[in-house]
Amino acid sequence: MNPKLQARNRILLRKLSIVAIGMFGFGFALVPLYEKICQVTGINQVVKADTTVVSTQVDKSRLLTIEFDSNSRGEVGWKLEPLERKRPVHPGELIQVVYELKNPTATTVAGQAIPSYGPQIAGRYVKKLDCFCFSQQEIRAGETRQLPVAFVIDPDLPDEVHTVTLSYTMFEVGGTRREAALPAPKG
Amino acid sequence: MQAVDAHGHDHAHDHAPSGIMRYVTTTNHKDIGTLYLWFSFAMFLVGGAMALTIRAELFQPGLQVVNPDFFNQMTTLHGLIMVFGAIMPAFVGFANWQIPMMIGAPDMAFPRMNNWSFWLLPPAALLLIISMLVPGGSAAAGWTLYPPLTVQHGMGMDLVIFAIHILGMSSIMGSINIITTILNMRAPGMTLMKMPLFVWTWLITAYLLIAVMPVLAGAVTMTLTDRHFGTHFFNAAGGGDPVLFQHIFWFFGHPEVYVIAIPAFGVVSQVLPAFSRKPLFGYTSMVYATASIAILSFLVWAHHMYTVGMPVEAQLYYMFATMLIAVPTGVKVFNWVATMWKGSLSFETPMLFAIGFLFLFTLGGFTCLVLARSPVDAQLHVTYYLVAPVHYVMVAGALFAAFAGVYFWLPKWIGKMYDETLGQWHFWLSMIFFNVTFFVQHFLGLAGMPRRIPDYALQFADFNMISSIGAFGFGLSQLLFLYILLKAIRSGEKAPERPWEGADTLEWTHLPTPAPYHSFETAPTVK
Amino acid sequence: MRLPAILRFFSLALATILPGMAVAAWEMNFQAPKTVLAQDIYDLHTLIMIIIVVIFVGVFGFMFYSIVKHRKSVGHKASHFHENTTVEVIWTVVPFLILVGMAWPATKTLLAMRDTSAPDMTIKATGYQWKWGYEYLDDDIRFYSTLATPRDQIEGAAAKNENYLLEVDNPVVVPVGKKVRVLVTANDVLHAWYVPALAVKQDAVPGFIRDTWFKAEETGVFRGQCAELCGKEHGFMPIVVKVVSEAEYRQWVAEQKAAAGAAAFDPSKTYDKAELMAKGEQIYNTHCVACHQPDGSGMPPTFPAIKGGKITTGPVAKHIDIVVNGSTKNPMMVAWGPQLSALEIAAVVTYQRNALGNKLGTVVQPSEIVAAGN
Repeated sequence: MNPKLQARNRILLRKLSIVAIGMFGFGFALVPLYEKICQVTGINQVVKADTTVVSTQVDKSRLLTIEFDSNSRGEVGWKLEPLERKRPVHPGELIQVVYELKNPTATTVAGQAIPSYGPQIAGRYVKKLDCFCFSQQEIRAGETRQLPVAFVIDPDLPDEVHTVTLSYTMFEVGGTRREAALPAPKG
Repeated sequence: MQAVDAHGHDHAHDHAPSGIMRYVTTTNHKDIGTLYLWFSFAMFLVGGAMALTIRAELFQPGLQVVNPDFFNQMTTLHGLIMVFGAIMPAFVGFANWQIPMMIGAPDMAFPRMNNWSFWLLPPAALLLIISMLVPGGSAAAGWTLYPPLTVQHGMGMDLVIFAIHILGMSSIMGSINIITTILNMRAPGMTLMKMPLFVWTWLITAYLLIAVMPVLAGAVTMTLTDRHFGTHFFNAAGGGDPVLFQHIFWFFGHPEVYVIAIPAFGVVSQVLPAFSRKPLFGYTSMVYATASIAILSFLVWAHHMYTVGMPVEAQLYYMFATMLIAVPTGVKVFNWVATMWKGSLSFETPMLFAIGFLFLFTLGGFTCLVLARSPVDAQLHVTYYLVAPVHYVMVAGALFAAFAGVYFWLPKWIGKMYDETLGQWHFWLSMIFFNVTFFVQHFLGLAGMPRRIPDYALQFADFNMISSIGAFGFGLSQLLFLYILLKAIRSGEKAPERPWEGADTLEWTHLPTPAPYHSFETAPTVK
Repeated sequence: MRLPAILRFFSLALATILPGMAVAAWEMNFQAPKTVLAQDIYDLHTLIMIIIVVIFVGVFGFMFYSIVKHRKSVGHKASHFHENTTVEVIWTVVPFLILVGMAWPATKTLLAMRDTSAPDMTIKATGYQWKWGYEYLDDDIRFYSTLATPRDQIEGAAAKNENYLLEVDNPVVVPVGKKVRVLVTANDVLHAWYVPALAVKQDAVPGFIRDTWFKAEETGVFRGQCAELCGKEHGFMPIVVKVVSEAEYRQWVAEQKAAAGAAAFDPSKTYDKAELMAKGEQIYNTHCVACHQPDGSGMPPTFPAIKGGKITTGPVAKHIDIVVNGSTKNPMMVAWGPQLSALEIAAVVTYQRNALGNKLGTVVQPSEIVAAGN
């Protein structure tokens, strides 16, 4: 092979390698990109307060049903439950609801609640002002804790939505489980 | 396969060691092509044995042969080994043998890198096999490796991830080599639009591979860090999302389908004109159609995820974009049929496999068209209606094209002819058993049988039994292929200089048969 | 040469040769649709199939004509044309138009499918490894639904039932003609809630709820399966939906509520060993057997043995703890506390310590489980 050709080949090799490395990076860039897209479309709301203050105009002409739901994950013996299952509300109205987290086990666990919405599109219109999902909850063995959420349904919610489900899943924060001495404390 | 050294006597590697060491150290594109092809055939048999394990378990309702966990490992490894170990290396083998000869280049652009990219494959394959033997077994989450199931797995999963990294590295190195060879090493006068279509398809495939293999590597790397280093890419607990993996995976996965199919298009586009004794119809539109399929393949990935619960707008977009792919694919099929039209056709084994490809690939393509319609897909997703088209594209598509290619170029490679009668037997057995195996799976899918289950309800029993019988027939037919190859190599008749009168690319017109060990030391001039 | 004919002969030949083949009707299409949406999908599929068959026959009609008439062996001489712009434009544009035409009905069906607004009732389905949990949000009914097919049928020791692998202990019961919204989520890994006759399939993603809906047009029992690989028992977590009349539904709801009341037991009551063992065996065979195996030998290392196991023959407190709270080291051992009652846990622990080759003699009372914090 003549040296000139070799040099051209090397240049191309370098360029293509850069493309390959770039694409590896692109795979990772998809992560924030996806989060951004989800945020915009409201599929997967990030766990932060909605700072954009929505119009506080209450739309009395429209009545929605808000369902409250919870999931407690299997590896931990705790239970997260809303104190009420559903409530009729008007869009724009400030809604406060309490969830109860019970840890009947003999271990101290820290958890993070992740919100989710049904239908998905509703996620864009649930504006949370305060939520226990903004921070981790460390719950001691045998403790019961009341966890409040305050939110407003944006009156821009599409007309065809009549029922919104707000669901929280309690996830254990990895490696935070601390065993209490066995046997478990009575009661 | 003894290659004859015709005129390369002044080269250092002529004094390369013989026997096994010749292959370990070789930088010759023909030797490496041979290695790729044999490796892929070996992996084809391994993956095939796994498929037969699956079909044996599914022969009857109830658990008889393997336990459900091992069954899941089989479906996973069968997919990974067939895609990354058998089909992709087979076409890289074709690329190694054919591209330099077809464009009038002496060798690949980076012969040493070529050697490395092959020798990465056996360790990766070994890792996949070893992963079955570690405690907890291999990955059992399907070849798509969806988390969070992959996070539950044992060490076998890590081995599979490493194997995928190595396989990806090999593919990327191979692709860079192929692109550089095609762009920089063409003989004078061989303009891009004069290249044989096989070379074009590989140029496009290589670009696809460079774009998507790193993305897959990224996805499995994230799985690895999620498993061991406390990251939360795919875990909702830390703000991640399991569905994100599916997006990244299919960003790789959909183009990957074309990585496998496009070189097959290339082989068929060489074989059909040769046996029709007529030039390929619509060469220019073939090139453009292939390129547009490649580009569109990046824009449709989420049609593999219609049931995850995407916003309805996204679902509509993916449905329309997916249907668009049918247009260039249709153009290709029409062009192939038009190539045959008013030709002077003869039906030697390569032609039979090419026609088999055309017929079954189109059938598979049509079922994909059914699936493109998202409401219908929502019913058929993850049923056997998915298993069937995938195998129409991978087996009847890619594998049949590879068989066509082997029978077509074998005389050029080894200078001997295969047994034509046995070759035709191989085709007809493969064709019939393939359809017995997979056609009935459409019915299973429609009736609602999910894939990846080791046991099934009684209403699915009949078709499963037929499918299993077909699978064993198909598997055994491939042993005939091995016999045909060995027979040709040991005692095949000497091939004539131009075994196929209609084949007119450089390797047939400018090189003796068999092709010398070093070809085109001085570039030919293409008019 | 004509392949479809060959194929049909071949499969028919197989059908007559193989015994038992003619017993079941050969189901070659979708299951009979039981909702308007399922019917739409069925029709959509039929429409597409007709279009496809027409195109297929057209294209391959040309090819087979060519194969028969333009062969070298009949002395056909090859023409040398290799392009024709008009033809190429036509076969790019026409398929495009056909596709657009096919997209229209699909879009309409898709929009209807995704419209979960204004439901008459809502059920939450949660996928577990390997069973479904259901929650009726309006009536506060909760239960788990596990495979009812006995293990020995799966292993071939007994004849298989008609609804082999498609039967559960507690089916989902819904009223006919009502729009039922299903919230789908998962507890551990991905699952999918799939009932073909009702045309519902929704992936269950842990940490997220997704919704889908169906409105059954007639009463009956409709069966489906988990449709996303979720581990080794993926094939063994069916879904059964029983569609009943409004009145029967009301009655069922009342029964469920009464049963929930009756299930509340007196924690101070002492149960005798035989009673606990009987109940424990039942629980073991429903919930434990898949991983720990019918003989208690497990599948080490992921699923440790019950028979002579370190925990099952060790201190009873530790045994109760791992059943109630799950394992801190092995994610496959989930916490059963939230899923089983104290009585059920006491029974299964007693069973594990006195059967499957273990003879510890320990009898665990529900009151001890309650005391341990459940």
